[in-house]
Parts: sequence; structure tokens; C-alpha cells
Amino acid sequence: MIEKFINLESTAVPLAVENVDTDQIIPARFLKATTRDGFGENLFRDWRYDKSGNPKPDFVLNDPTYYGAILVAGKNFGSGSSREHAAWAVHDYGFKVVVSSFFADIFKNNALNNGVLPVQVSEEFLQKVFEAIEKDPNTKLKVDLPEQTITIVASGTRESFDINPYKKECLLNGYDDIDYLLSMTEKIEAFEKERV
Amino acid sequence: MTGKTLFDKIWDAHVVSEIKGGPSVLYIDKHLIHEVTSPQAFAGLEERDLKVFRPQNTVATPDHNVPTIDQHLPIKDELSRFQVSKLAENCKKHGITLYGLNHPYQGIVHVIGPQLGLTQPGMTIVCGDSHTSTHGAFGNVAFGIGTSEVEMVLATQCILQPKPKRMRINVEGELGEGVTAKDVVLYIISKISASGGTGYFIEYAGSAIRSLSMEGRMTVCNMSIESGARGGMIAPDEKTFDYIQGREFAPKGAEFDAAVARWKELYSDDDAVFDKEYTYEASDIEPMITYGTNPGMGTKIVSSVPSLDDIPKSEQSSYSKSLKYMQFEPGEALSGKPVDFVFVGSCTNGRIEDLRAFADFVKGKQKADNITAWIVPGSKQVEKQAKEEGLEEILNAAGFELRQPGCSACLAMNDDKIPEGALAVSTSNRNFEGRQGPGARTMLASPITAAAVAITGRIIDPRELMLSQKELA
Ligand code: SF4
Repeated sequence: MIEKFINLESTAVPLAVENVDTDQIIPARFLKATTRDGFGENLFRDWRYDKSGNPKPDFVLNDPTYYGAILVAGKNFGSGSSREHAAWAVHDYGFKVVVSSFFADIFKNNALNNGVLPVQVSEEFLQKVFEAIEKDPNTKLKVDLPEQTITIVASGTRESFDINPYKKECLLNGYDDIDYLLSMTEKIEAFEKERV
Repeated sequence: MTGKTLFDKIWDAHVVSEIKGGPSVLYIDKHLIHEVTSPQAFAGLEERDLKVFRPQNTVATPDHNVPTIDQHLPIKDELSRFQVSKLAENCKKHGITLYGLNHPYQGIVHVIGPQLGLTQPGMTIVCGDSHTSTHGAFGNVAFGIGTSEVEMVLATQCILQPKPKRMRINVEGELGEGVTAKDVVLYIISKISASGGTGYFIEYAGSAIRSLSMEGRMTVCNMSIESGARGGMIAPDEKTFDYIQGREFAPKGAEFDAAVARWKELYSDDDAVFDKEYTYEASDIEPMITYGTNPGMGTKIVSSVPSLDDIPKSEQSSYSKSLKYMQFEPGEALSGKPVDFVFVGSCTNGRIEDLRAFADFVKGKQKADNITAWIVPGSKQVEKQAKEEGLEEILNAAGFELRQPGCSACLAMNDDKIPEGALAVSTSNRNFEGRQGPGARTMLASPITAAAVAITGRIIDPRELMLSQKELA
């Protein structure tokens, strides 16, 4: 089971950087754990903390002006490694939605498998979101999964986003893929027999 | 009816069922696992009280998090040791074949698969590692997956996957001297960008691709993910069959012949349609190097860092951030820059041909004093072969040492970290910020470029040295 997601209204944290790769989201040296917990602590580790472990004041996660359950990032978010630890770190930190104009494929799958919704918007809409947050850090975004829309609440600017209907069902109901696959075992066995 | 692409032929043959408007249930022939992305998947199985569905289709090896010296001793780092022992424990419990540390078959998962003949044409292959695309060099559908997906495959030998679109990249003509498979793929990514392949599965074709050895083809397919593509593949041919024949897990005798007959059907039909297609001329490709913090930021070694005017406005701030990290100026020449580290290894260029090319280049020369070099074989078998072929002697005579197999400084999970601020020329696949250690600056290049840099201590087009060598002769 994953956490259900229906809709969310929240302020957002802006990370106006393109090509945020999974090595930035969670550096490899923090992948030694054998459980899924605690990765939020090291989310964006090397952008967030200096060598001695002190928070870097100019990094957005360390700036109390910005807060909320939505991360807004530049295009091509989550490129690079397949490490699901990146999705765990985003989730564990408390983000439920990542908004970007482009997502790397594996990250998108990993996020969905952990109840984090990747919302892919147009470049223009993304710029509007960044501008709105810059103008007012308390500005709220509303993400409506059943309707597949994202709205900048103050201005009412809205855009719809795509999501695979199956994945949408999973998120709305908190189902995960393994439950589904397990229900298919007989079919899988039949497939195996047919092949030999 | 239009013909089918190679990708479609293999994918379609593995679809168990399709969810309407959703992903396919795809059957997986071969599942490779390693210590870093599998423990949480096994834990998930246990929570659900499940067994591994087809343990015989899974093979395990520790690679990401192992030391590359003193492998006979217990791993010093406690967390790493625990992770590696957890893999062994999980494999034992579920009856999965494990090539553990010190086993003659241990090595980087994408190096050992082909080497052992586990990787074969027509298969579906997955691993909790994005460079699973390497195996596509043999004409199969191979791609990296996340840990939840590892759990799915362990539990059901299947995965739910939306079908990617198809792209074909043709490279036609003859590659020039000093131009390697690594240069070809760095060139391609510099053209289509680090996200140009997202949503696609790539088939590489054309006479220049066909001219590559199997190991060269693996280098190209390996870096497919660096363009964002799920995977890359090359239609199998005689070279492929010859490479596979006689390997440990390859079919033998009449079975092999029958397999080859099937494998010969694996090509894109003449009238197959691709969603996107690019064609490049081999003669335009020269030795390449990256100057930025994603693999798309590559250029000819002889040219300079692009100036800001060459970059689209919307990308300029990311571009500047990247150059600032690299401590490079827009427009500055790359050639002649002093380098601190050379890393030869990884699933991109840590195979025997890579070590041969490096050793051949440094033979009779000396490592530059300002260079620290880490030469890391991709597997135990590569290490053994390098010793047997006398490569280690050549390396030692030139001032280099051979380490023990693993991912090493490719991702710097173990102690092999490039120090902060140091500039490294690496044969691996990622130049992301901090990839090779916090603050480390990475430039990606081929093994022979790495060799030329290791000898001169600076960025140099390897052809400069090859020419002078010829003149001497
Ligand atoms: S060598 Fe590098 S890219 Fe290859 S599997 Fe290991 S860490 Fe990943």
C-alpha cells in the first residue's frame, strides 16, 4: 500500500535549477542504508550543507521564507541514477508533489511508486509558478488529482497535467503495483508455460 | 502492415497482459541485483511474507559499495560491510546465485552479465541500476529500475511498465584514428542533450556502430541513460554470436545453433517506423570530453568551452552554475588544462579492451607527476585477464597500479573519492556535481584520452601523441 493522494493545497518551495540529477537529490555516499527511512535528512545534501555539516543559508531549503509540501524545480528533474532513494528522500522530507516542466522517466516511476506525484507542466506555466512564489512566498498551489489540474490559487491560473490512468487509480486508492502483479500470478505462470 | 522495430519485437514477445490505458505487464528473463538497491526490496518481500518467484532467473553480485584494495580483508566501513553481508544473507535465504567478494566471477553487474554469457539477444533484462542499458549491445531490451520495481520482479518475475517510444540513431561511415566508442556516445549525447532521449528506447544502427567491437557497443549502449533514454540496443550479428559462444551460461552445441537461428530474426524490419530518427556522420566525430556537470555538456577536446552566446537564454543560468562548479570560463580552451586525477574503470570503460587500450598507450612512457591514477578493472575476470596478458606489468612500469574490481570512483560510495576541487578525467559515465566525491570536478573521456592525460598531466587530444609516436617510428 502507498499513501493515498487525492488533492493538495500547499505553499511551495522553489528550486529554479535545471537538470537536478539524482546524485544531487541524494549523494551516493548516503545510499548505504538497508531501510527506506531517514533519507530526508540528506535530501540535496551537498547543496544544503557545507563540509562541516552547517546549513548553507543561501540554499532554498534553509530559507524559512519558503515552505510547504510542493517542490517546484527546473526542467529535467531526477535525471541520472535509478536510485529510488531519491524518491524516498523527497517523500521523507515531506514533499508530496514535485512540479517541473520535464521529468526523467525512472524518477517519475519511482516517485509514483512512493505516493509522490510528479506534475509535469508547460515551461510557461512553470515560469508563472516561479514568479508567483517569488512575489509572494505564501502563495498556494492547488493540485487536484481527480481533475488532473494544478492551479495557482491567488490568480486562478490553471493547467491540466497528464497521468497514466492506471497510476492515477493507484494513487487515488493507495494501491501499489505489487498487489496488482500478485493478483496476476496465474496468468504469469501460463505465460511461462506457453513460452517453452 | 508496417514492419516492426527490433525493440517492438522483443517487448511484444514479453507482454503477459496489458492494462487498458495503462502499463504492460512485462515478463523479465534476467534480473541482476546488487547490494545497494536490493535490501529494501527483500525487506518488502518479507513484510508481505513472499518468496522470490523465480530465484533461478536472478543473479547477484556486490559492486557499488566494495573497496578496491585489500578485498580479502573484512570491509572496514561498517555500513558498507553490513550492506554487502545483507545481500549475501538475502541471496542465501531465497536461493539466488551470488558472486560475492573474492569469487572469481564478482564484478560490476553490467560487466559480468555479458562476460558470463548471462546476457543474450532477445531477452528482457532489468537491474536496480540505470546503466542496465549496457546489455542492450547484445540486442535485448535491458533497462534500469527502482527498488519498488526490484521488489515486483522478485515477487512475480514481472514489472509494470509503460511502453517507451522508439528512436533510432544511425552513425554512418568510418571512425577516424583515435576515435572510440566513448567518443561516439559522448558526441551523440552532446547533440541530443541530457534529456533528448527521455521517453524513448534507442536503437543504434549504421555502419560505424556495426564496426564497433562488442565491448565498444556496450560502451555506447551503457550511456543511453545519459541522454535520458530508458535503454539502448543494437541488433545482434555474427560479432554478437561469436562473443557469446563458449561463455559459461551461453547455450551449448545444438542449443546454441538453435538460439543463433532465433537471434538472427532480431532486427528492425526495413519498413519499421521510429518515432524519432537521427543520422550522424562518423567523420564528424573527434575525440570528445565533457566540460560541464551533465554528460550532454561535451565537446571536441580541441575546441573550447562554449561561450554564453551559444547557449539558449532560458538555459544560461543553469549553464553558468555548471561552469562555476567546474571552475571554467565560457569560451576558454580545454586543451592544456592541468589535471589532478585519472580514473579508468566503470561499466562504461572498465572492460579488458579498455585496459588494453590504456596500457598500449602508456607503454614505455611514464605517468605525469601531478597525476594520481586509479585503474579499476570492471570484474575479477577482467583483473585476471589483465594480469595474464601482461597489462599489469606494462602499467606498473609506467608508474600505474591496478586496483581490485568494483564501481569505485564512478560513484564514490566507497573510499575512492576524488578530493574536493580536484579535476579528474574519467572513463566513467557521469560528471554530475559531486558524483566522484563532494566538490570533485569530472571530465568524461575515452580510455585513450585518459591515457594521454595521465602521461602529460594535462588535457590533450590523444591524437597529438599518436602522431608523434608514428613520426618516431
Ligand atoms: S560503474 Fe558506475 S555507472 Fe556502472 S553500475 Fe557502477 S556505479 Fe553505476
